[in-house]
Amino acid sequence: MDKNKLANPLVELRGVSKAFRSPDGTPRTVLEGVDFSLAEGEIVALLGKSGSGKSTLLRIIAGLTQADAGAAHYRGRPIRGPVSGIAMVFQSFALFPWLTVQQNVELGLEAQGVAPDARRERADAMLELIGLAGFGGALPRELSGGMRQRVGIARALVTNPDVLLMDEAFSALDVLTGETLRNDILDLWDDSRIPTKGILIVSHNIEEAVMMSDRIIILSSDPGRIRHEIRIPLPRPRDVDSAAVRALIDEVYGLMTARPAPAPAPGAGEPAVARVDYRLPDTGVHRIEAVLDLLAAPPFDGRADLPQLSEDAELPDEELFPTYEALGLLGLAHVERGDITLTVLGKRYAEAEHVLRQAMFGQQLLEHVPLVARIRQQLEDEPNGTLPEEPFLELLEDSMDTEEAKRMLEVAIEWGRYGEVFEYDYHTGRLKLPEPEEL
Amino acid sequence: MFELFTPGRTGRSFLASTPNRWDWALLPIVLAVLAAVAYGAMQMARPFTLGQPTPISLAPGYLPYYLLRTILRMFTALGCALLFTFVFAAIAARYRAAEKFMIPLLDVLQSVPILGFQAIAIAPFIALFPGNLLGVECAAIFAIFTSQAWNMAFSLYQSMKTIPPELGEAARVFRLSPWQRFWRLELPYAMPALLWNMMMSMSGGWFFLVAAEAISVANQDIKLPGIGAYIAVAIEQKNGHAIAYAIGAMFAGILLYDQLFFRPLLAWADKFRFEESQGDSAQQSWLLDWGRRSVWMRALTDRFWAAATRALGWFALPPDVDTAAAPARTRLNVDPRLWDLLFGVIALAGIWRFVLFIHSQVGWGEALHVVGLGLITLVRVMLLIGLASLVWVPIAVWIGLRPRYAQKVQALAQFLAAFPVNLMFPLVVYVLVHAHLSPNIWLSPLMVFGTQWYILFNVVAGASTLPNELRLAADNLGLTGWLKWKRVYLPAVFPSFVTGAITASGGSWNAAIVAEYVTWGKTSLVAAGLGSYIKQMTDAGDFHRIALGIGVMCVFVMLLNRFFWRKLYLLAEDRSR
Repeated sequence: MDKNKLANPLVELRGVSKAFRSPDGTPRTVLEGVDFSLAEGEIVALLGKSGSGKSTLLRIIAGLTQADAGAAHYRGRPIRGPVSGIAMVFQSFALFPWLTVQQNVELGLEAQGVAPDARRERADAMLELIGLAGFGGALPRELSGGMRQRVGIARALVTNPDVLLMDEAFSALDVLTGETLRNDILDLWDDSRIPTKGILIVSHNIEEAVMMSDRIIILSSDPGRIRHEIRIPLPRPRDVDSAAVRALIDEVYGLMTARPAPAPAPGAGEPAVARVDYRLPDTGVHRIEAVLDLLAAPPFDGRADLPQLSEDAELPDEELFPTYEALGLLGLAHVERGDITLTVLGKRYAEAEHVLRQAMFGQQLLEHVPLVARIRQQLEDEPNGTLPEEPFLELLEDSMDTEEAKRMLEVAIEWGRYGEVFEYDYHTGRLKLPEPEEL
Repeated sequence: MFELFTPGRTGRSFLASTPNRWDWALLPIVLAVLAAVAYGAMQMARPFTLGQPTPISLAPGYLPYYLLRTILRMFTALGCALLFTFVFAAIAARYRAAEKFMIPLLDVLQSVPILGFQAIAIAPFIALFPGNLLGVECAAIFAIFTSQAWNMAFSLYQSMKTIPPELGEAARVFRLSPWQRFWRLELPYAMPALLWNMMMSMSGGWFFLVAAEAISVANQDIKLPGIGAYIAVAIEQKNGHAIAYAIGAMFAGILLYDQLFFRPLLAWADKFRFEESQGDSAQQSWLLDWGRRSVWMRALTDRFWAAATRALGWFALPPDVDTAAAPARTRLNVDPRLWDLLFGVIALAGIWRFVLFIHSQVGWGEALHVVGLGLITLVRVMLLIGLASLVWVPIAVWIGLRPRYAQKVQALAQFLAAFPVNLMFPLVVYVLVHAHLSPNIWLSPLMVFGTQWYILFNVVAGASTLPNELRLAADNLGLTGWLKWKRVYLPAVFPSFVTGAITASGGSWNAAIVAEYVTWGKTSLVAAGLGSYIKQMTDAGDFHRIALGIGVMCVFVMLLNRFFWRKLYLLAEDRSR
């Protein structure tokens, strides 16, 4: 890496903050005090759990949304709207389905007012470079996912952007296709066959970030702040099985699963979560149990390396992280430095039968999840054992926006139903105590 | 034909290419359409003075000419409606403040019956072209326009608001100007729904054709050459044969523009369907296939699209050197509450004006009487929608589950929805007079005569999208009879039923004006209700009472929509999630 190029950043963010106003008016901070710069000749990956504001950061750089505080600059000029030096590749490809591949690729040039002949020439050259020669007349719907994303990339690159932004560009593709496409882009980049001077990738795939980037930035959630920065001085192409890459992947896993300050240290006795509004991880009961069973069974036997577990579960990290958090929260497992270990209780849980499991789950909920405990308590205080959901929603809305509050209550309801702590009627929106079981 | 913006073939001259057999096949069609349009357009601008009789002949030989005039009128109106739609939706979707008052306005406009617009518009239009028939022609076109435009505008607006966010972002990242964005993203995305609404609008145009062409506002009796006026004269002269001819001509007209206009357009617009996978409901059009094979047509359309692509370059955004250096967009930072306040004041002023008007012009007794009539019509509308639902929902489900029939029935239902209720007058009068039936009860079915098809139509569509696996599961579980209907079919079609019923209800209020006051020669059958009240006042030319009647109808329709149909709609939406 040429260090002195840092003096001349392509993109620079200083103290950027962003809050979204939810429909009911309460602001929700997604980014807070972010300093970031993208230098020439650099590929940077942004990692973070969902809700960490990584996509928002990307959109601020793209000029699609404005920062509330702080400054965003592209080549020393403030970014106030989309600029033609910055192009973007979208997760869902965002191709115009009624335009042919050729027309899609030409779109940016057309907007710039490039003459039709020059447009066609440049588009043809780009299609050939990206491996789509001969597909110019096809409609996007005729292409496979991988080829569609190639069109998306060609459309971005044909405008000769300085900066290429990739918003989870490979996550809608199957693993093999994503890997091929990723390697093709890296080949173009490393051979300097594209004029792009800097790439910023938003991803939730740790392996992808380690394989591609020169630098990984990890954002924390709620609000998003830069938590870690890791330089990767390995030359490309990198071997995914090499010890250096494996070690890096482990390290990033460790950093990603390390709990932020307000949460208790797991394993250290009591996971003493005190607050009712502790953000419950967005994961279902069956996912929790499936991961627990996987963890308890050989070859893991109660202890696993997170990347290994992710591979075995065949699930992306983004979906697994909340599950790990839930396991930790319920005292069934604890996560430390890229490893997850079942607790004694977790082992008992794994061996238990269905009915016992539900009972244990309910017990743990009442002990460790204050929201569920609060609902149960208030239901017991009611003479008829039933309450509408609204007061709880309002309680949550004191500290989060409506949507988040709804999501959290949904999670709490699903967990609570499973643990037979309370019942819920979807149509009336009422919570009630379970019928006493007749023995 | 219509290869959208294909740059590859633009340079080719169409004179250099040799015509093929498709060219020869298309040539007569193209020439015939051109000649007909030119002839019809020439006939529109004729000298005319107010009070001059406008003879309409019932001889069937005149029908092709009348049909031509009518269709020309309808397409002119459709063109205007399209233009209105573009402007309206572009403004409403882009500016928050405008949206706040334009969308409710659309709601109001939609509930105003066509006669109301006609009563207001006829005088200014005639004044616009003194001594020429063109003024009356414009008034008729305007009346047809008012029966077409609103749902189209609403459809485009809604599509523009629901564009997938990533596509919108892509358009911004690649710096498409608002002009480019409209033609490249917003209009193509809205195209299928808009086309669909255009077809519905054409049906709506037929439905009120008699009122639009045989203008009998304020003691005027002007009849423009056309099918609508033909029907009106046939009713006056009690000519049953002429009614039959009119039905035939109408059928031919609908078939013609369906085959020559909508079918090719639908088949062409197939590529705008947003679902990424190719559905099985792809439309076919022989005309489009011919056009695509014709050398001349290709060359012509290539030139057209090349020119259109050049037009895309208009109003491009300035190079970003400027945008980046320019100060942040200076938005007019008006507090949104200020707008609310402004609209509130305007609304209050409107209400005050209305109260004053009732007090000084018509009197409260009359107003109360009209509200009473409105209630009678309300009962009629709701009862008949209910009855029509009882009849059509089971039939529609049955048809919808059999895809072979579904498409044919949909085409038929579309024709039936276009059928002007006036064509039923001879039959109805004959039955009612001979059987001594009370018009208050037995005229009511006419109200849903043209609108019940929307229920059929939507429920068929809803039932045909019922997942096959659900049906298999129901069979597998041994569900039969009423249980199967209660648990599977009815819940599955409920959302589409509500959509259809909303359309049917809105149409029925409008139809009340025609349906509650039936004439055949000298015989008039009147059912007490708001519709007959408006019709009678229109014939009498009592503007104050027309205004009162229309105002009350607007209020009824809007209250019904807000407090009944919208609630039902939200319920359906919630259930079907």
